Amino acid sequence: MRYPNSDRNAVEGISLSIEPGEFVVLLGPSGCGKSSLLRTVNRMVDLTSGYVSVGDRDVQSLDPTQLRRGIGYVIQAIGLFSHMTIAQNIAVVPTLLRWERSRITTRIDELLTLVGLDASRYRDRYPRQLSGGEQQRVGVARAIAAEPSVLLMDEPFGAVDAIVRATLQEAVLRIAHTLKTTILFVTHDVDEALRLADRIVVMKDGRVVQYDTPLQILSRPAAVYVEQLLDTKDVIRQLSLLAVRDAMRPSFVPLPDASNTTETRPHSISAVSATSSLRDSLNTFLSGEQTLTVIEDGRSIGTLTFDDVRTALRKVI
Amino acid sequence: MSYLVHHLALVGAYTLQHMALVLVSLAIALIIAVPLGIFAAHNRRIATPLLGALGVIYTIPSLALLAILVNYVGLGFWTAVIALVAYAQFLLVRNIATGLREVDPAQIDAATGLGMSPRERFWRVELPLAMPTVLGGIRIAAVTMISLATIAAYINAGGLGVLIFSGLSQAYPEKALAGSLPAAALAILADLVLRSFERRALKSSAS
Repeated sequence: MRYPNSDRNAVEGISLSIEPGEFVVLLGPSGCGKSSLLRTVNRMVDLTSGYVSVGDRDVQSLDPTQLRRGIGYVIQAIGLFSHMTIAQNIAVVPTLLRWERSRITTRIDELLTLVGLDASRYRDRYPRQLSGGEQQRVGVARAIAAEPSVLLMDEPFGAVDAIVRATLQEAVLRIAHTLKTTILFVTHDVDEALRLADRIVVMKDGRVVQYDTPLQILSRPAAVYVEQLLDTKDVIRQLSLLAVRDAMRPSFVPLPDASNTTETRPHSISAVSATSSLRDSLNTFLSGEQTLTVIEDGRSIGTLTFDDVRTALRKVI
Repeated sequence: MSYLVHHLALVGAYTLQHMALVLVSLAIALIIAVPLGIFAAHNRRIATPLLGALGVIYTIPSLALLAILVNYVGLGFWTAVIALVAYAQFLLVRNIATGLREVDPAQIDAATGLGMSPRERFWRVELPLAMPTVLGGIRIAAVTMISLATIAAYINAGGLGVLIFSGLSQAYPEKALAGSLPAAALAILADLVLRSFERRALKSSAS
């Protein structure tokens, strides 16, 4: 694909297939073509050769307006319509699709709750009355309003500060798990990519360098470029991708669960959640603990030692 | 003041004629200016010469323009309409083009990406956001037209100018005043009303 007035292709020689419900992150420095690639999916950018298909239909054969109504679109600049209320913003695509009024009203409240905003408080406000983080939550709600099967996110959290970004990432992960939408997400933030992606597309100069799971990319980088971009030798980074559950020794005799423990017993700082990352357990080890209790749903289901962490790491590398 | 009081019906009739001249001209002017403005907003290369040409028309002294027009289309109401429409084009096209061009590109990108057709995007996003600037152009055009319309009496187009000119030529200041006071009132009123529309549009479109 090439832009007018350009002497080289913005993206070329790319062949990717994405499973339904997958969260795929396009990662690379600015100018690598990741946004262009994303925008070929909803034909905001048209291919000069090749094809993109969604489901089993070639997007090039569809009317771009109709196509876009079935694909969610979130951009870094947010672009909420400033003359419309939050509710009207979210209602844009359902209205274009001529949903019934009552269905739209219900959907608006449902979506505001889903993105973590109190519907009664935010419904009738205008975008300018919201913070940047709140605006992008609405941006996400607006994009998924008509239940698209695919959601495109073009550096959606690039303009918000680190703390807000973390809460927005959590919200998006939650939405991805509840809606099972296929998500394509563009970023140049390596940690964001590792945190969100089922699979990462590492890009350079309009081409794909590697397309694999975060763990595979960190443990088996396909090129020096990938090693450098993701700093794959960073052990801490690798640990952040491994769950405590996968490294622990399960205990077959369950310890008394939380409800049976006496009030006097101090809440053990050596407890760690089964779903948290091994990186999180490091803190506790470094503060002098030898053995951690692994907790799931308030029950202890196993133990974790520093040696277990090292074993898990060795298995990966 | 006694002329005004004693000829209230006559002054009223001229006022209505004056308003008709302005409203008809404004409507026709908008019908021409809206497509031109949209066109100029999207084609920068054409916008500059177009606005330049309209600017030239705008700078021609009004009496001179009327004299030229009379040569070709004769005297009367519609000649005055042509002159007023020609004058308003610069103000209207400039503001419509500027208003549309200044719409936040992120909102246009979002509108397109969410699946609005160009037509839907124009009516639902671009025009509402450009509205304060567009209304500003309409306000200035309307006020300009009300004042220019007084001169139209020179070419038998009627309006409050009739009273003003005959008052002046008959050295009858009260009669002239009976024309100029309502004309001034019309201009001020139009300005106030359109300004309040503008404020309302600004309030609902400000980002």
